Amino acid sequence: MPDQGTPRPYVLMTSTAGRVHEPVQNGTLKPMRQPSGPEIFRSPLRGRWLTAVLGLVLLAGLTAVALTGFASHAAYEPRLPGNATNPGGGLLESWLFGWPTSPVWLYRVTQGMHVILGLALVPVVLAKLWSVLPRLFSWPPVRSLAHGMERLSVFLLVGSTIFQFATGVLNVQMYYVFPFSFYPAHYYGAWVFLAALVLHVALKAGTVRAALRDRGRDQSPAADSLAARRSRPASMSRRGLLGALAGTSATVVGLSVGQTLDGPLRGTALLAPRGYTSGTDPNDFAINKTAAAAGIDPAGTGPPWRLQLTGARSVALSRAELLELPQHTYRLPISCVEGWSTEQSWTGVRLIDLARLAGVEDPELVSVGSLQPTGPFGSASLSARQVADERSLLALRVNGADLSLDHGFPARIIVPAAPGVHCTKWVAMMRFQERSR
Amino acid sequence: MSRWQRWYGGSPGHLLALLACFALTGYAAAQVVQAGPWFAIALWFIGAALAHDFLLYPLYALADAALRGRARSGPPPAVSWRNHLRLPAAGAGLLLLLWFPLVLGLPETTYTAATGRSTDPYLEHWLLVTGALFTGSALSYAYRLRRARGHRR
Repeated sequence: MPDQGTPRPYVLMTSTAGRVHEPVQNGTLKPMRQPSGPEIFRSPLRGRWLTAVLGLVLLAGLTAVALTGFASHAAYEPRLPGNATNPGGGLLESWLFGWPTSPVWLYRVTQGMHVILGLALVPVVLAKLWSVLPRLFSWPPVRSLAHGMERLSVFLLVGSTIFQFATGVLNVQMYYVFPFSFYPAHYYGAWVFLAALVLHVALKAGTVRAALRDRGRDQSPAADSLAARRSRPASMSRRGLLGALAGTSATVVGLSVGQTLDGPLRGTALLAPRGYTSGTDPNDFAINKTAAAAGIDPAGTGPPWRLQLTGARSVALSRAELLELPQHTYRLPISCVEGWSTEQSWTGVRLIDLARLAGVEDPELVSVGSLQPTGPFGSASLSARQVADERSLLALRVNGADLSLDHGFPARIIVPAAPGVHCTKWVAMMRFQERSR
Repeated sequence: MSRWQRWYGGSPGHLLALLACFALTGYAAAQVVQAGPWFAIALWFIGAALAHDFLLYPLYALADAALRGRARSGPPPAVSWRNHLRLPAAGAGLLLLLWFPLVLGLPETTYTAATGRSTDPYLEHWLLVTGALFTGSALSYAYRLRRARGHRR
């Protein structure tokens, strides 16, 4: 007990008068509490109705952002050799499922949504934190073991939410100021967020229901510990604030969603990393990594280049020989984990045809190696399902022209619905593995 | 009040739910230790938990208080201009908060290496959008002012 010696006022806790904040069993006598927030917070907009509405928006929105994020982790097929981005994992990788190749726009939509919806929710997250700020200074800071542990869980929720937003927003801008790898930090951060969110929803469901039922009318301290005790005159209504938030989110989306679209609308993405419009050149679309940055020596991509196929037998093919094999053309999107995407028309040889050339009838997987000397995605494995899909190509041409060096000349992988980093560029070798019986 | 209530301050279900949350968090934290520089990650996590309440909030609350002080001097205007300044400022501020690396050209080297382009246009874009937000707000203010004066005549 914090104070001793002084006589304390006792009130019957079923009364709504006075500053009482806790649900109380009928007729129990308990010490009266201090007001939960200091009186410097005087905005008349704060209150449990506003917090409840913002909380519900975030519950729906952040759940969608989290699920699409986990979907992206599955799309990376981290169990295949060379694909893992996170050391460790343990039980947190046990939920993984094989990523499909249909519909072809699947990753384009899930990852575009992960990034754009995440950006749109930033103003809502900030408003939610603003709405509960008086709670931070509630007195006494810890009322009981239960209260202290609950506050610790709120620390985990707020910390993980802002951590996820900060690392995500910086990563899509390629501003790598965090001294750690993005993938494991963002992935394990997501698990902390998920744990804290589920708990928070369970603990607050009753409060939200009560707040929505009385629509924030009862602002007595007993009912609404977030409402200001001494509020100043309102300069806008609660609905006005919600409208302003919706407008801000719409502005953020309007200025960034273009980077997931093709055609003239792409130019509307004024504030998004990949919003610029393409020219008329067949190769004039977004590049994830330039050949210069990947350390590609242009001399190595010329006539001496050979594609090394291994499987039941080894075959080396020149680009001219690859062009003599049956060619297929599909319109497929390139979709980046950073949220941008673009659909192009790719022409090349089916991966399954290359597997057969290497003497592998029923491939379990293919490991693809690039000319790229270093870097995290210099090689990647594709699953049995991805190799077997007839739209999965070793592309030699795009939009009717040879691939440019920046787009992976002499040959690159394109697989429907796969994350862009698995569409390896400057392919040098492919090792097919027969399915074991 | 039961002895349990007095000791813990919540129901047994409350305790179980919290312990489940902490157990999962602890397991994820153990994976982070394997994954790399866990100390830096922990520091960023703590910084993230404090960023809004102790950095962002004081900044925008002070800016808003300054605006409020200004609004209080002089006779009350026919139409309050306060929200017409606040809302575009909040919008422009939020866009800067999201895109400050590109707007300020901070990741120029990595951005150019990846895309083959420069971050130069982003400052212009942000200024353009900011200008549009304030212009739109000023126009709606002028419209409201005109209507208010028309009514009074």
